[in-house]
Amino acid sequence: MIFGLSIAFWITALFTVAGALAAALLKNLVHCALSLTVTFAGLAILFLQLDAQFAGFAQMLVYIGAVAILVVFAILLTRGAGAPEYRIYTSSWLAGIAIAAAVFALLAWSVITSLPAGAGSAAPDVTVLSIGQALMSTYVLPLEIVAVVLTVALIGAVIVAMHDKGDAKTHEQKGGAQ
Amino acid sequence: MNFQALTLPEKLDQLFVFVQHWIMGFFPAHWQPLVGALVGVVGIVASFPAIFALTTVLERKGLGRMQNRLGPNRVGPLGIFQPVADGIKSLTKEDIVPVSADGVVHFLAPVVLVVAIFLGYASLPIGRNMVLVNIDAGLLFFFAVGASTELSIFMAGWSSRNKYSLLGAMRAVAQMISYEVPLLMSAIVAVMMTGSLSTVKIVEAQSGFTGIFPHWYVFTPWGFAGFVLFVIAALAETNRTPFDLPEGESELVAGYFTEYSGFKFALFFLGEYLGMMSIAGFGITLFLGGWGAPFSFLNFIPSWAWFFLKLLAALCFFIWLRGTLPRLRQDQLMNFAWKFMLPMTLLNLMVAAAWRFLGDSATGAWLRWVLCAGVLLLAYVGLGRVLMRKQRLGARSYRYAE
Amino acid sequence: MTPLAGFLIVAALVFAIGLAVALTRRNAIMVLIGIELMLNAANLNLIAFWRFSPHPEALTGMMFALFSIAVAAAEAAVGLGLVIAYHRHTKTTDLDAMPRMKG
Repeated sequence: MIFGLSIAFWITALFTVAGALAAALLKNLVHCALSLTVTFAGLAILFLQLDAQFAGFAQMLVYIGAVAILVVFAILLTRGAGAPEYRIYTSSWLAGIAIAAAVFALLAWSVITSLPAGAGSAAPDVTVLSIGQALMSTYVLPLEIVAVVLTVALIGAVIVAMHDKGDAKTHEQKGGAQ
Repeated sequence: MNFQALTLPEKLDQLFVFVQHWIMGFFPAHWQPLVGALVGVVGIVASFPAIFALTTVLERKGLGRMQNRLGPNRVGPLGIFQPVADGIKSLTKEDIVPVSADGVVHFLAPVVLVVAIFLGYASLPIGRNMVLVNIDAGLLFFFAVGASTELSIFMAGWSSRNKYSLLGAMRAVAQMISYEVPLLMSAIVAVMMTGSLSTVKIVEAQSGFTGIFPHWYVFTPWGFAGFVLFVIAALAETNRTPFDLPEGESELVAGYFTEYSGFKFALFFLGEYLGMMSIAGFGITLFLGGWGAPFSFLNFIPSWAWFFLKLLAALCFFIWLRGTLPRLRQDQLMNFAWKFMLPMTLLNLMVAAAWRFLGDSATGAWLRWVLCAGVLLLAYVGLGRVLMRKQRLGARSYRYAE
Repeated sequence: MTPLAGFLIVAALVFAIGLAVALTRRNAIMVLIGIELMLNAANLNLIAFWRFSPHPEALTGMMFALFSIAVAAAEAAVGLGLVIAYHRHTKTTDLDAMPRMKG
């Protein structure tokens, strides 16, 4: 126990942040996508440590199973694999890093200074059944809206990524792949 | 539970559970959960690869019979020690990594694959009280962990820097993502009827009997349709024939693991068969009553024996299919997934909901059987007709290079 | 440092890295990766606040995270579709080489 948190938390946190950093720094885009997956997995394990079982598994299923694969497909389709021939950072990279550092400093400062000592309550008794009931009662309108958003996104992604009619070949299942 | 108070069949049924508790008894109280979990993990890691070894010899001999040859018959009596020889061979072979390969990713790919597939076994109930972690979202856990195998296959194909590997990997990933949708959707009907994602509860919901016949989900219209769809999607998900395009030996020289040799190749081989067994195990759990006996008078046989018998039957079915069906073409594969499997699974969801709300009163029982079976049959015939309308079936015309 | 603060600091770190990626990388796909990182960090915040709230039974934070995951998946699909469509027209995914986004 370090600062009231388990060793497991610190190891997972280390992997999560290291994956994100590797995604930021590596040159090869496929390596970036793979280290991004490490971050996704680390976040899923952090969710599990927070007793959010369903959210953790959903995170794994959606991000590792679909989003990571989608990113990898996009990289290969845009011929982004392999070392890029140009610089990987924009000309205004210094300003970007400064803004990110400022945002982190602000967030960390507010987290450290403003929190009262939040007592860790006992693990909440949340079953998949209760999540399902909440989704079908309190949150039924957001659920329906998300369903519409997902359908629109599916159709939109297919249309955007589809070849124009004049093209010789038609692409299959690009956007529908998720 | 007191071991002495049980009858003999119950003792046999709970044999492994008591062995686990007996081993745990040697350790202080706060170590016991850890030791118990460890014993369970060792059990799974030991038993399923053993079945894998058995399956390889079964597959090679079975395929041999189907193709009018003998199959392996040199090592040991009738060739049953062939897997031992294969294991020694793959362990002692030189491990070759292509010069231009991406070293780290090339190494990690088989490790990630095998670890992810072993994790999936954690929520598989292989007998009464025999599940490693009985979590509330067990089925979701299996699918979530299974999703990471796709990434490891991509890693293997991409890092090899070989065009056949990359093609095989892309085919595999596209196929697995396309068939993951019907796989999940066909599994959902069992979840809907049970009202739980817990694999243990799904098995328990099917453990009753009417007369001598069990309440397996496969014996209902939606269950049967869901089971058939699940088996097809599972075949595609595990890259088995007739969906083995990613590894087509004749066109892609084994696809994404072309550039692997020695122990890493053995890991891929192991991962493939373990994935097949875990998905078959979940199919059994969802639709075939898990560890339940097929007739009420056969209840004296231990539950784990039933599970492994069903698993063996499923594996034999997979081998039989491999010896029978030819390989699909890529466009047939994709069309089948998106134009046939997906509509059928969606319809099956609605049929299952209708079944649930029609109730099982005296008139409702007949009505829902006729209605649900009729709708599914009609959709199957109609969809099949529409999709086959422009296909001209006849003698195949061959073209030869001059 | 309380347990909640630990999770919030990790989320802040991931968010800052995501922001840096989105602001500094030249490749359009990397910008999308940065946005995904930021969304994930926000999800971790939501779940952490839900877990350490006085009434976790209300499920509000968890539901917010679940919906956010669903919307993020849609965002990734459309975003990558756009990148692929742009790449088809201009043969580049370099943001510095994308001065105009008309037709």
